[in-house]
Amino acid sequence: MRLVLGTATVVLLLAVTLGSTAAVLSFPGRATALNAGDWAALRFTVMQALISATLSVVIAIPAARALARRRFIGRGVLVALLGAPFILPVIVAVLGLLAIWGRSGLASSLLVAVGLPPISIYGLTGVVLAHVFFNLPLATRLILQGWMSIPAEHFRLAANLGMGSAEVRRTLEWPMLRAVLPGTFLVIFLLCVTSFAVVLTLGGGPKATTVELAIFQALRFDFDLGKAAALALVQVALCLVAAALTLGFALRAEFSLGLDTPPRRWDGRSALARGIDWAVIGLVALFLLLPLSAVGVRGLPQLGALPPGLWQALLTTLLIAVPVALLSTALAMAMAGMLTRLSPGLARLIEGSSVLALAISPFVIGTGLFIVLNPVIDPFSMAVPVTIAINAVMALPFTLRILLPAFQRADAHYARLGASLGMGGWTLFRLALWPRLRRPAGFAAGLAGAMSVGDLGVITLFAPPDLSTLPLLMYRLMGSYQMDAAAGVALILVATALALFVAFDRGGRLDDHIR
Amino acid sequence: MTITFDKVRIDRGSFRLSADFELPAGQKYAVIGPSGGGKSSLLYALAGFIDLGAGRVLWQGSDMAAQDPGVRPISMLFQDHNLFPHMTVLQNTGLGIRPNLRLSPAEWDRVHDALTQVGLQDQGDKKPGALSGGQRQRCALARVLLRDKPVLCLDEPFAALGPALRVEMLNLVDEIVTTSGATLLMVTHQPEDARQIADQTVLVADGTAAAPVKTATLFDNPPQALRDYIGDAC
Repeated sequence: MRLVLGTATVVLLLAVTLGSTAAVLSFPGRATALNAGDWAALRFTVMQALISATLSVVIAIPAARALARRRFIGRGVLVALLGAPFILPVIVAVLGLLAIWGRSGLASSLLVAVGLPPISIYGLTGVVLAHVFFNLPLATRLILQGWMSIPAEHFRLAANLGMGSAEVRRTLEWPMLRAVLPGTFLVIFLLCVTSFAVVLTLGGGPKATTVELAIFQALRFDFDLGKAAALALVQVALCLVAAALTLGFALRAEFSLGLDTPPRRWDGRSALARGIDWAVIGLVALFLLLPLSAVGVRGLPQLGALPPGLWQALLTTLLIAVPVALLSTALAMAMAGMLTRLSPGLARLIEGSSVLALAISPFVIGTGLFIVLNPVIDPFSMAVPVTIAINAVMALPFTLRILLPAFQRADAHYARLGASLGMGGWTLFRLALWPRLRRPAGFAAGLAGAMSVGDLGVITLFAPPDLSTLPLLMYRLMGSYQMDAAAGVALILVATALALFVAFDRGGRLDDHIR
Repeated sequence: MTITFDKVRIDRGSFRLSADFELPAGQKYAVIGPSGGGKSSLLYALAGFIDLGAGRVLWQGSDMAAQDPGVRPISMLFQDHNLFPHMTVLQNTGLGIRPNLRLSPAEWDRVHDALTQVGLQDQGDKKPGALSGGQRQRCALARVLLRDKPVLCLDEPFAALGPALRVEMLNLVDEIVTTSGATLLMVTHQPEDARQIADQTVLVADGTAAAPVKTATLFDNPPQALRDYIGDAC
């Protein structure tokens, strides 16, 4: 049964990712040549991703070092907050960034007050700013994991040998960084290449269009499937190169919510080191928290007068996100069940294939589905089911990564015992494995659901004007410069994402005594 | 030259240990007692890895409270993790001369000599992962030789080795300490280890580290706490 379910999942995954890509490739109109504007889009895509990834990683190194060697009250909260951008809707962050860095925002007001011109956030500046906002926390967490993976005993030994900060850096920290940095950089590069909502809201125009945005425009505004297919091909090539490099470094992301307290250390205690660490922690916290606070301050008074269509949008959002959470977790469970029975090498290969969902952009998948559906049915009437399917597949790499280790552990510990008691198939899963998988499954479902609540991707491609989700509603309000109303919706949106995450995560923890 | 535990108290949660005695330098001390009794804590307090709840630890009459572990006159061998796994045996040993590993050719020669002394002359280019447990502790001992500190603390580094190998390693330690005239503090679970090389033994039990007693005297006429711990083994 495991093999059947697992194989079915893999086939579905391949059909959605590779099948859509094949549909795009076989589209007759794909001969449409790329024009100068398209090449500019490719250059801009690579350039903004390089700058964003470099800045994120360069700032994350001192930030992670500070968090790795300072113990303070609130450190756990701060580290947990670094995980928040993962479920923070992009459009909410963009609204917050506009409030701080926009033309009439806090930073620009300060600049104007001292006689300098205001910051112009639309274009490369804004895209890079938003990408650093989202990826600096991710980079910091990944690098912090590296730091925390250095055994406490090594710092103790270093202290016993009289190593100072410079020697600890050379013997312990630099080798760790050399192992962690390439993977971190590539993951962020990939995320910036495929990022859509940020570029949709802060980029645009001939100077700041990415390939992803160009695909969207070709489909949505020009109805030029040939052009979209050609661009989709470019995007696949770009992502596959980046993803292959990433996999080469075999980055293993962990999704634990809080990391342990740092080990005791005897280096880095000089006043200078302390000053640098506190300054970095303070600046990073401000950089991340100010925009979010701005949304809160702006949105709270709006809660009394929410715009029309809000409840309809909330309902649609949940109608998409709840099925996505359940579907993505079920798919991951089916795959994990199969992978535990395969040889480790084959299992890793198949797990790697789930990353296809990250490498092949949702718009390429969307374009493929558009091409396949177009002759049969009006694609715009399929907006909700198509969005559910694509979002579930997009979340699969994450849900699988969370569930697989738990499944492997549960299977290794209890499958033999279950088998000796005559349990098989479904009974084994229900009685022996599921009780141990509830918690990670709840966490995975919560994550997939929250990601889907904030998603402003494929839905923009398929949604007819009368259909709206919360992010889409926000986007439309921001488009007509109703920033206060958008901030009100932003609060409802964040609350929904959090509520869904907590509901699933808690649901998994009920019955906790089973451990 | 003396190590002084002056009304020392160590608090770690519900665990408490007090120590108030002197250890004249140049001798070999075993530290023995039940698991969780605080043997390691006593060594860690001396080496500066844990803070004291009260009291002072002195070396030659001066308080070491302000000294970081690296500047105290102490080499320490832990149960494991004595070597950095990503460095070669040669580099790990070289850390004993200078922790930034910028060594002159003459100093590298001394590293080779130290490795020869512990019987690892051909293993310098290997990483610790390629060595056996005994070889790893030999490498750590070679580093102790190079650090040449007046006090050597052993926190059961040989506990995971077989009996024959353990005797061999203790002989090596004995040789090193006798040649250099260093003071040895050795945590152990085994009465025979204490008898083999320690002149004196510190008994750590019931929340107190007792003043050292001649090892032979202690085991020939064990107090109740020691009898509870070792049973009929001696």
